[in-house]
Order: sequence, then structure tokens, then C-alpha cells
Amino acid sequence: MNAIIGQPVNRVDGPAKVTGHATYAAEFDLPGLAYAVMVLATIPRGHIRSIDRMAAEQAPGVLAVMTHEDAPRLAYKPIAQRPQVDAQSGEQLHVLQDPEVRFNGEPVAVVIAETLEQAVHAADLVQVEYARSPALTIFDATKGRPPSEGNVKAGRVPELGRGEVEAAMAAAPVRISARYVHPREHHNAIEPHVTIAHWEGENLTLYDKTQWVDNDRKEIAHVFGMEEERIRVISPFVGGAFGSALRTWPHVTLAAMAAKRVGRPVRLELTRRQLYMSVGFRPHSEQHLTLGATPEGKLVALEHEVVQQVGRYEEYAETALSPTSHLYQCDNLWARYRLVEMDTNSPCPMRAPGVVTGVLGLEMAMDELATELGLDPLELRLRNYAEQDQQKGLPWSSKELRACYAAAAERFGWSRRKPEPRSMREGGMLVGYGMATAIYHSDRSAGSASVALTGNGMAVVRSAASDMGPGTYTSMTQVAAETLGLPVSHVRFELGDTNLPFAPVHGGSITMASMGNAIVAACQAVQKKLAGLARAAQNGPFAGLPEEAIAAREGGLGRADGSGPVVPYAELLRQHNLGWVEAEGSAQPGEETQKYSSAAFGAIFVEVRVDEALGTVRVPRMVGAYDVGRVINPKTARSQCIGGMVGGLGMALEEQAEWDIRFGKVMNANLAEYLVPVNADVPSLEAIFVPNDDRNFNPLGVKGLAEVAICGVAPAIANAVYHATGRRIRRLPITPERLLS
Amino acid sequence: MPEPAHSFMLTIHVNGVERQVQVDARTTLLDALRDRLHLTGTKKGCALGQCGACTVLLEDRRVVSCLMLAVMAEGKQVTTIEGLARGEELHPVQAAFVEHDAFQCGYCTPGQIMSAVGAIKEGRARSDDEIREQMSGNLCRCGAYTNIVAAVRDAAAQGG
Repeated sequence: MNAIIGQPVNRVDGPAKVTGHATYAAEFDLPGLAYAVMVLATIPRGHIRSIDRMAAEQAPGVLAVMTHEDAPRLAYKPIAQRPQVDAQSGEQLHVLQDPEVRFNGEPVAVVIAETLEQAVHAADLVQVEYARSPALTIFDATKGRPPSEGNVKAGRVPELGRGEVEAAMAAAPVRISARYVHPREHHNAIEPHVTIAHWEGENLTLYDKTQWVDNDRKEIAHVFGMEEERIRVISPFVGGAFGSALRTWPHVTLAAMAAKRVGRPVRLELTRRQLYMSVGFRPHSEQHLTLGATPEGKLVALEHEVVQQVGRYEEYAETALSPTSHLYQCDNLWARYRLVEMDTNSPCPMRAPGVVTGVLGLEMAMDELATELGLDPLELRLRNYAEQDQQKGLPWSSKELRACYAAAAERFGWSRRKPEPRSMREGGMLVGYGMATAIYHSDRSAGSASVALTGNGMAVVRSAASDMGPGTYTSMTQVAAETLGLPVSHVRFELGDTNLPFAPVHGGSITMASMGNAIVAACQAVQKKLAGLARAAQNGPFAGLPEEAIAAREGGLGRADGSGPVVPYAELLRQHNLGWVEAEGSAQPGEETQKYSSAAFGAIFVEVRVDEALGTVRVPRMVGAYDVGRVINPKTARSQCIGGMVGGLGMALEEQAEWDIRFGKVMNANLAEYLVPVNADVPSLEAIFVPNDDRNFNPLGVKGLAEVAICGVAPAIANAVYHATGRRIRRLPITPERLLS
Repeated sequence: MPEPAHSFMLTIHVNGVERQVQVDARTTLLDALRDRLHLTGTKKGCALGQCGACTVLLEDRRVVSCLMLAVMAEGKQVTTIEGLARGEELHPVQAAFVEHDAFQCGYCTPGQIMSAVGAIKEGRARSDDEIREQMSGNLCRCGAYTNIVAAVRDAAAQGG
């Protein structure tokens, strides 16, 4: 059989995306669609004194104005076991349920009108009078508190460590200590969050931008106190999300309330500005690291404290300590995680949540230690290579990080680096080389899929999975095609609909390790079902044979011993007068989680050019090598990696929310003032996959690669800027004003 | 429906077809295309002229349709992403985007492609540096930029 897994197959949904025929959430054309626009609070804390909605209600085309005064009281039933995507402590925002204002940007009214223009105009006419209360708008790292019980139970531990860190640190011959600041960042997927809600009697259909249709349904069922069976969520295409569409935000509830109120389908699309206060963000963090080492560069003690901002009404916490706990061999470690409460909308996961933050501090500190020791930064990493997960006391299910270092260093030309800062110049520019390690823990979760083999020779594979861009449609098609022995063109994968078999969240890089194995199981189940029919038949090629004598072969069934012809699936269906045959399969984590620690790894090398007169940093090239286990599709996998590099470049040099402490508000809530990388920022990116096949982790051998691709990029750039200029900029982003100051 | 004083019946030539469309004076060309004509290939990313997702060709010039009122397109030729392919046959820029995997989520892609078609037509895609510059008004948050450059370079070489 020709291998399909591992081939650079073009995206199967590519033609739909390049012709404009891929239908995203806002684009479902429902008869009678009305438009909803939110009115947001303009104070950081307090309550609504009065709302004058007369002018809005009388504006042309307005169907309804809804505020806390007349919105229905919703059930907001507690979820017995919150999914990981929800904040694990506190209480989600109960939208339009009371006059309280918890943060600047909390919805206080929604206006529904015949057209978008009428709704936008009428929303402007709603007059709200507020009574302000004192608000927490300043991040004070000394005010940190430990995460609450719910978060601790979910692995967001307040402290972790091993050995005798104090004594080891005191005795360490070489020490460095530094503090790093990483600002609030916003996902800014190009597709805004949007929901179309459509009630038909007591049944609700949501066309939503979401990374998890099944959870969207569950959350709305709890909010409205409805049976899940009455809700269907449809989301075939997601225009980027990076974590912002993991959980179900209040605007989804508002859309459903609005549609109920006017008795028509309603679309609620957030504006670009509203996204900054409505759908979460990567929280501002400050971290302090102290590293102790021998003169030979062996780590003997490591201290790491991370302090992050958190909203007050609910508590979102991250696993920022995870990389420090196991990236390097170090017998004495102490790490602490703290949260600083602020009056803001709740933060949420953004690509490699927590881990990207922890890696940033650790990898910048390792570079400082290398300088202190007079050691090559790569050599320092190799001298502290972790042969096992020391914190868990488990072997890695696989780890090819040494191969990553070697492949990327070779390709990059790391040996040409002159150790001294400011020692490399070209064309009037300072040149710097920097590197960093990347890690992201690999997880998998239970999921299921169905496969139908049809009489025309097609296979239709279905699961309520999601594809926000990594290529789920394509890679899952490849997995099914290879398992069934069919060409890619004969397999169709359908996703993004709660009517399909359950899939886990499309986040945390778990999709292929979870759903890939479920699809293999479903393909094998349908083959077995067909074989069973063939064996039970009166006649035919397999009549009366024992189960083990029949095997799946190229596009059909054959004898396990290889003798005789292969009978195509469609032919078998014809023989049994069947139009189609269908089966479900599922996969779930096994005992591997007790036996191994699993993670994807990477090594990132970058070159920067710094104009000292202007303080500008350019990144002419980056090379990354990755151990992500088996690669299903090198073309789409490469796209994920270069996308992660671009995200990391934004983090290092451009992205930051400018926070106004008077109003508790992001001032640059748009794409002209919140800078993200553009095409001209990114000349040359290379991604290398080192060979690996992690069958210890799961049968398919994959580890997952979305998150690891962004980890390590920003510290590698910051380290290269130090090498170019001799200056450590420990507060991201590294802007011209910071370099010039 | 909009009140009469704010309402206009326009004629716009979209992808070579004369279309009548009822709009509000405040309706942008983008919203007219998406919500009135249901040509949803043109995307709304920011509605502030900052991301380029809504790029269309107006009389062969690249414009961000979110910054243009629909009434300004009265009687004009508008080309959207839906107007590029000939039946099943993709336009060379579309085919190059698929071949080079010049997107992930696909949401900025129609705008990227319309910008590329415009830039190639204007003779402004002669080198990688020029392509990067000309394509920098189109944000791609998935970060497919290097693949976009490769796709535009290829398509330009084929006469785009």
C-alpha cells in the first residue's frame, strides 16, 4: 500500500477556501435574519444607575433593546465538572442578570434591529448612567495570591519543587538572577467572534465560531437550563482562534437571548474593538528567575516565580511552571505561581498558554547564565539535558531534542557565531545570533468517530472535531485513507457539528493524538463489520471463513494469508445488496500516562539585525527543528511551525496591549495600534522535523505541534538582540524606544 | 428594511453581472456584498481598514471594501473572490495558494488573493521584496507569509 500518512497532501478544503465558498459562522444565510449589537460598560467597576433606551427603541428598524432590567433570568446551572477550557474557580459572567459592572467592556445592553446599520446606530443611542466604585486596575506583582482550590485541583499548583534549593543555591559557585515582563496579548484571529442563534420552538441551533462544538452545546444548556439534546451547534470553518474560541463566551448567550426575544434568527458579531474586552487574552505576567550552576555549567539550583494577572469574577490560571519543572536536569528546584486580581475581563488560553510564558523566562535566563559562564548557549543546554522528566520521575515516551539542536544548528550555521556580543556586523547593522529550546507537554483525550463505506466507493468519516487552521480536515482524511487503503480523493471528512460523534476540544495540540486514533479505530470497526457480513454470507469469497482469516487490504478485504484477490468495499456492499455500511470507533488515553511523560520538543535559532541609530530589530531568518513524533502531513505541519515562528516574532518585537489604569481598558484595541507581524516582517523561515514515531504515547505515534511551534521563539529573538547589542531587554516587546532608552 | 429616506437601490456590476441591491446610506460595500448579495467570500476582519481581509478590486484597483460606502460603487465594476475561477478551474493565484499552502484558517485568504491579483496586474510583484511590501496590507494571523510570497511569486511568473 502506498503510504498516505507522511505525504505533503494539499489541503482538501483548499479549493473551498481560495474560492470564497468555505462557510464561516457569520455566513449562514437564514431567512429573516436580524442583527444584534452589544452596548458595553465604560467603567471598570461599579453599577448601572439608569439606562435610557427610549431613543434606541424608537430608532428606525429596531426590534428590541434588552438590558438587565428586562432580560430573562437565566438558569446558570453549575457544571458538575468544568471542562479544562473554563476558569476552574469563581463564576462565569452572568450576562444582563444584574446592574453590577465587573469590568470595562461588560455587556450592559443589546440592541436588535432589521439591519446591521440600524442596530449599530441604535446601540449608540442607549444612554447608561453609572455609579463608579474603586477599581483594581494596576498590576502589582507584590499583591499575588495563590490559585484557588479549583485551579490547584486542575494542576495549576501554587508551588512545586524538589531537593534542597536554598542550600544548593547558597553553595552555587555561579548565580544569575533576573526579572522578565511579558505584556497582555490578544489573539486577534482575523475572523471576529460571531454567533447566529436560531430558535425553532424549544430547539436552538447555534452557528458559532468555536473550537469545541460539543462543549458549546453543554455550556449553553447549563446557562439556559435546557436539555443538551435541544441544542445543535454548527461550526464547519473557524477563521483562526488560537485559544480564544475554546470556551463559550457571554456573547453566545446574548445571541440566543436576543433571538428568543425577537422570535427570529439573530446574528451577533463582535467588532474588532469589542474583541479586546469580550473573549479573553494572554494575561500580563512578571517572572523572576535565579539560576545556580557549577563553573562547568551544570545547573545545581533553580528558582522561578511567575505572577500573572487574573480577573476578579472568575479565576483563570495557567501551567506556567510546567517547563521549568522538567526541561532541564536540576536536582534542586523551587517554583511558585501567583495571581494578581484586577478588574478586567477574564484572560484565557492563548497558543501554548502558560508554557510559552514559562519557557520565555527560563530560556532568557539560560542565555544570561551562558554569558556569565562564558559558555556557548547551546552547549549549556546540552550539559543540562534532561534524560527523564525529573519532576514526575518518569521516562519520556520519546525525546529527540538532541537531534533537534543538531539539525537546526547545522542548518542555521550556528558555528559561525562569534561569542562576544557586538562582535558581528554587516552593512552598518549589528548582527546577533540567538537560540532557545521549545517544549510543550503532549496530551490526548477521549473521542469518537464514525466511518461509512458507501456503494460508490467513497468513505465518509465524521466527528464533531474542529479545524481552526492546522488542517484537521486534511490530516484526518489522510489517516482514514491510509487505514482503509483508499485514495485521499475517495475519503470525505466531516466535522464541526454536534450531530456527529463526540470529539474533545480542538486545543492544547491534542487533536491528532486524540482524534487520529479514534478515526483509525472507526475505520477498523467498519472493516470488521463488513468482514462479519462477508463471513456470514451463504456464498461469496469469504463465506464461512474464521474472523482471523480475513484482513483489510488495499481498498477492500482479502485473505489474511495474502492469497486470492482483494474485493473492494463497494463490491462487497453490492454482493450483500447494501447501499452502505457504517461503524463507530473511539480512542482514549491508556496507561501510558502512568508510565511516561510526553512532550513535543523544538530548537529555535534566529538571526537579528539591529539598527542602533533607530533602535529597530529585523529578523532576516529563523530555523526551527522539531520533535513532534510522527508527522501526518509535512506540508500543513510546516505551515503550523512557520505560523508559530511568526506568532513568536510578534511576541518578541511587536505585541502588547496598552493599558489605561484610569479606565481599566485596553487603549490600542485595533489592528493598527496593537501591532502584529505583517508580510514584510518575515523574510525566511525554515522548519525541520526530526524523525520520530512515539508509539509509547499513542498507536499513531504523533505528539502534537501547534503549541510547541510558538514556544522558544521570543526568547531566541531576545537572546539574539543581546548578542547583537550587548543589551538585555527583559520587558517584551523589544521596541525601538526600549532599545534606545 | 431601512426607512425610505436612508434607502437606495443601487446597480453594481459584480463579477461581470449587473446586480440591483437595496442599501442603507450607511451600508459599506463589504456589508452590501456579504449581507445583501450573500457573496460571503469577501471577509470582515476589522471593519476599520486595518487588516485587508475585505480587499476587492474596484475597476481593477485594490480597495478595502469596509472603508467604502456601497453607494460609492454605483455603476462600477467590482471583482470579488467568487469572480476569479472559471467554473472548476482555479485562477492561477488561487491554484498557487493551494499548492504552496499559503493559508491555514483561510479567513484572510480571499483578501490576500485579491491583493495578489491586483498587485500582479499592476506589475508590482516583480521581486520577493516587492511582493512582501505590496502584500503587507493583508494581515495573516496564522502566519503563512512566506508561503504567500512563494505563491504570489509563482503565480506572477505564470502571468497571474
